[in-house]
Amino acid sequence: MAVVVTDAGFAPDDWAGTVLELAPDADPNEVDLQAPLICVRFPSFADGRGFTIARRLRLAGYAGRLRAKGHVIADQYAMARRAGFDEVEISDDLAARQPQEQWRARADWRAHDYQARVRQGV
Amino acid sequence: MYKYNDFDEAFVRERVAQFRAQVQRRIDGALTEDEFKPLRLMNGLYLQLHAYMLRVAVPYGTLNPGQMRQLAMLAERFDRGYGHFTTRQNIQYNWPKLQDVPDMLDALADVEMHAIQTSGNTIRNVTSDHFAGAAADEIEDPRPYAELLRQWSTDHPEFQFLPRKFKIAVTGAPNDRAVVRAHDIGLQIVKNDSGETGFKVIIGGGLGRTPMVGKVIRDFLPKADLLPYVEAIVSVYNLLGRRDNKYKARIKITVHENGLDKITRLVEARFVELRPHFQGADVALLERIAAQFAPPPLPEVGLGAFEQAFDSDPVFRAWVDSNVAEHRVPGHAIVTISLKAHGQTPGDATAEQMRVMADLAEAFGHHELRISHEQNVILPHVARADLYAIHARLRAAGLATANAGLISDIIACPGMDYCALATARSIPVAQQIATRFDALKLEHDIGPLKIKISGCINACGHHHVGHIGILGLDRAGVENYQITLGGTGTEDMVVGDRTGPGFAYDQIVPAIERIIATYLDQREAPEETFLDAYRRLGMAPFKAALYPVEKAHAA
Ligand code: SF4
Repeated sequence: MAVVVTDAGFAPDDWAGTVLELAPDADPNEVDLQAPLICVRFPSFADGRGFTIARRLRLAGYAGRLRAKGHVIADQYAMARRAGFDEVEISDDLAARQPQEQWRARADWRAHDYQARVRQGV
Repeated sequence: MYKYNDFDEAFVRERVAQFRAQVQRRIDGALTEDEFKPLRLMNGLYLQLHAYMLRVAVPYGTLNPGQMRQLAMLAERFDRGYGHFTTRQNIQYNWPKLQDVPDMLDALADVEMHAIQTSGNTIRNVTSDHFAGAAADEIEDPRPYAELLRQWSTDHPEFQFLPRKFKIAVTGAPNDRAVVRAHDIGLQIVKNDSGETGFKVIIGGGLGRTPMVGKVIRDFLPKADLLPYVEAIVSVYNLLGRRDNKYKARIKITVHENGLDKITRLVEARFVELRPHFQGADVALLERIAAQFAPPPLPEVGLGAFEQAFDSDPVFRAWVDSNVAEHRVPGHAIVTISLKAHGQTPGDATAEQMRVMADLAEAFGHHELRISHEQNVILPHVARADLYAIHARLRAAGLATANAGLISDIIACPGMDYCALATARSIPVAQQIATRFDALKLEHDIGPLKIKISGCINACGHHHVGHIGILGLDRAGVENYQITLGGTGTEDMVVGDRTGPGFAYDQIVPAIERIIATYLDQREAPEETFLDAYRRLGMAPFKAALYPVEKAHAA
């Protein structure tokens, strides 16, 4: 069973519909923007392509649910949210090693954000 | 100088608190060593040969006296009483303990400094011309743009896990003192035909294993387009850059393998998508930043006792000739304080020396100090009338070596003395060359000459762009030094040519001597610099001097 992390913390995966799963080398230009849930796979937390893929999907107008899936660590939660992901799906093992407090600690991802300053002037 | 606002202040404090927690989570096992590594790197903490090393950013090389004194305090409290200034306008402390690092970061935050993104596969400390705001040839001060880029790149959510490190340099002058053509992105402020200022954008330069001169991707970029354009470049690179081989992961290889045309098309397309998302908040922010870099008031003043001292004191005169540069305001000067005393480790300064430099900046230099990529410290705004007093105080602190731009002003990477990747020593080679030519009393006769030394092919000592470059390798367990000639890192950047087989550790200094003897013998006049002479003469006479036996065979 996988764990889905949101700003509220850990929850089991409640999604029952279709899932469009993207490989880390997917071309964001060729993605079906009507898909209700898109999962972008992270083969390793050191591989940051997924952050750019998420950002580009959002810029292209994708309004559905966007999930980072795989080896994403708690310290990257704020980056994932800022890049446009709604949630992160991790393994039970990782969830045991990095319990939900460590993820909740970055639920404040809107704070201290230089991007908001240079883009929106806030 | 830039002054932190509440946002910046809260940001660095929060970042220190996060790192403190990360250190704790590493200790209790929540983070594996693999996972902790990029997090400590993002905060400037390396694991070296013998211990940890903390690399602190000096953004675009600018410091105030209070910051310099804090660096001195850190050197005394957490290191062995000194710090090491690097080729990327950082300072490194070589012996901190892991559990002390959060306290060091807090002490840095106290003076508006940090170690954020000084390592790791992310956008690094943005570097700039160390004469910025003072040089006579400058179109515009590049530091406000560097500060804007610092803010934009800090914690950028897309770019913390790039294929490889990413370095940006900005210069505001046609004479490139910031080596912008050897950076992942080089930005040069230029004027277009209608007199507007903007940027020439250069990408894919770099040294390392595969040295490449950067290529121009945009001849003229309007200033207001800076952030979306740079973001477009890094975003294209993040998806396209290779992740299968770390030696092929830098953007210079991405550009090389995909071709500049394809990269340009992708970047321009990305730029069109991104441009509408920058609605002017960045430009307004830039204006607020620029106001803080307003130059100090520099009245045109007389020379005072300068001329008499210059005429009567040969030691002072030699120092003025090599270490004092023209300022844009008459009666003022830019002073280079050499951290290359003959026989010392290039770039090292003791805590006491840091305090002396801070005091001088306060007393005579409008509270400004700079760190140069040549590992020296600069006082950018001093009155010529004060030079004699400054010189006297530098002399008393062992800081008055008159060698800026000369043969002993050597850039050397840490090499085998500190670095885990090294294949040879570099610091002792620099020390021996400096001591030898000091003993020969030839330094001032030889004139402008840049020697750069790296202790392995990663080229942190920039040997490819040294007029004389030295690369220390390991040949079957024995140190072997290759020499390159004719490199330069300025606006006409050239990668040096290899002379031929390398030299053993005890043969490298004699080899350099033979090169210099050949130059002195064959130059047309003392005004013909080593680099000019090499360009005129080519490799042949130097080769003949270095490898006499082979010459006999060829004859
Ligand atoms: S060039 Fe090599 S030896 Fe020198 S600092 Fe870089 S990695 Fe270390």
